[in-house]
Order: sequence, then structure tokens, then C-alpha cells
Amino acid sequence: MQLSPDNIIYQQWGIASLNATIIFTWIVMAIVTAGARLITKRLSTGPDIPSWQNLLESIVVLILGQIRDVTRQEPRRFLPFLGTLFIFIAMSNLLSIVPGFQPPTGSLSTTTALALSVLVAVPIYGIIDAGLKDYLKNYIMPTPMMLPFNITGEISRTLALAVRLFGNVMSGGMIGGILLAIAPLIFPIIMQLLGLLTGLVQAYIFAILAAVYIAAGLKVHEKSVQPITVRLVEPSTNTAEKE
Amino acid sequence: MDSLTFVAVASIISAGLCIGIGAIGPALGEGRALAQALASIAQQPDETNTITRTLFVGMAMVESTAIYCFVVSMILIFANPFWNYFLGKVGG
Repeated sequence: MQLSPDNIIYQQWGIASLNATIIFTWIVMAIVTAGARLITKRLSTGPDIPSWQNLLESIVVLILGQIRDVTRQEPRRFLPFLGTLFIFIAMSNLLSIVPGFQPPTGSLSTTTALALSVLVAVPIYGIIDAGLKDYLKNYIMPTPMMLPFNITGEISRTLALAVRLFGNVMSGGMIGGILLAIAPLIFPIIMQLLGLLTGLVQAYIFAILAAVYIAAGLKVHEKSVQPITVRLVEPSTNTAEKE
Repeated sequence: MDSLTFVAVASIISAGLCIGIGAIGPALGEGRALAQALASIAQQPDETNTITRTLFVGMAMVESTAIYCFVVSMILIFANPFWNYFLGKVGG
């Protein structure tokens, strides 16, 4: 039994190898890119829009709304990063019901790469928003004694992000395999259905947690500028705008 | 018992114990969180969206300890480093 698609190697050149993770990552990338290209080729602004355009628009509006709710800021600048994370993870998790498809998120190297990009994105957004000095002040926030704990927290949450996604996707495939040996008739299908739900929820959670971490990097700036009372009022005005 | 058998027995037993004990805590915690969230939704149906989102994120956090246990037990069964070490020693 394979623990991760990393072990299926198609080609090997010296230390560089072409394994199933890379191939299926490319396949997911190709599907997402080609689909978006094809759909956005003929966009219309009239009352009659193509149904595929409707799909993409609703996805984008959904992601924007969720980011706005979590970060309580203008969501458009977070959209490229968080939207990409969500769509990539959701797509590769959903495609796992296709026979023969090995979800690239079921490999620890993919999820580690995604978590590392979140680890890098948090200070980038924070520094752009608050400036280098104010962002670094974040680490010694209550007292300078908290510095090691803040750094440990940053590393361990990245680890948790990677292992959580990997464990969930891998366990879906693993349980399907085990059930196939014990009760092959109906139960694997039910577990696959559950796996679809889990896959979408995990994609959602990954993107939301990334948004929460990014927002936590921005908050300090906001807190030091605005009095607390203003911040407490803000959420209600935001939801009022949305409705 | 030679060392290889001992490693196999220890890995299998500890894998079972790991996932068995490790699943108890998160299951209890998630159950409590879900019950509390349902009670809150019953009290304030307007806040359903916020409560559900926070519930999902919190549950993912709680669940990650169970996922760690699962990953550890999977490693113990399918990719056991000690097993490979002793197997290499016996073979070589």
C-alpha cells in the first residue's frame, strides 16, 4: 500500500525524479487554467450570461465574501493568493473520485509547500500593510519575553496546516482501500462520498486559516492606530454593507 | 523473540493504541463544540453563518490532534523506519 503518491516514480534523472505528485499537480493546474481560459474567452456583461461564466462569478463572489467576513477588510488584494489556494486544493480533492487519479494534496510534500507559501505570505502582507518595523513589533507584542513562543507558534501552525491537509486526504484514500478489503460492496462508495465532503471542507479550512493568519498579521497595525471601540463597531457595519 | 519480531509486535500494538487513545480526546471535544454550536444557533439563528464558520475552523484545529495520531500510526504500520533499519541489518 502506498502512503503517498511520491513513491510512484515514472522517470528518474540523477537526483531529480518525476513522480506521481508532480504529474497530477500539473494535471490539476492544466485543468484549472484551461477551464478558466476557455470560460473567460467569451465574457458578456449583459443580462444573458453563459452558465459557465455564472459559475465562475459565483465562486469568486463566494470567496470574496468569505475573505471579507474573516479579515474584515477589503478582500480583493487577498483574492489571488487565498482564492488560488482554495481552488487548487478543492479541485485536487474533488478529482480524487476519478479512478486512477492520485490527489496531489495526499502527499506531504505538496501540503508542506502550500503551508510554506502561507508562512511566507503572512509577513509579506503584514509588511506591505504595516511596514517592517510595525510588523516585527508583532513578535514582542505583550512583552519581549513572548518572542520564542510567538516564533514557535508560527512554525507549529505551519506544520499543523500541512499535516492536517495531508492526513485528511491520505486517510480518505486509505480508508477506501481498507474497506475495499473488508466490505467491498457499498461501504467504499459511502466513504468516497464522505471523502468528497471532507475534501471540500479541508480546502475551505485551509483557505480560511490562511486568511485568519494573514489577518492576524495585519491586526496589530490596526489596533495601534484605531481605538478599540471603533474596531468593535466595524463588523456590524461590514455585514450591513454586504446585505 | 528476535529483534525483528519484537519491532513488528511493538509497532502494531502501539499503532492501535495511538489511534485508539488519540481519537478519544478530539471526539469528546468536537462533540462538545458541536453541541454548543447547535445550542447557539437555536438561540440566535441570525448568526448561523458566523457560528458555522467558526465551528468549522475550530473543529479543524481540534481535529488536528487526531490527525497527528492517525499519521503516526500510519507511519508505524506502512513506513516504519525501525522496521526498515532492522530489515536492512538482517538482510545485509
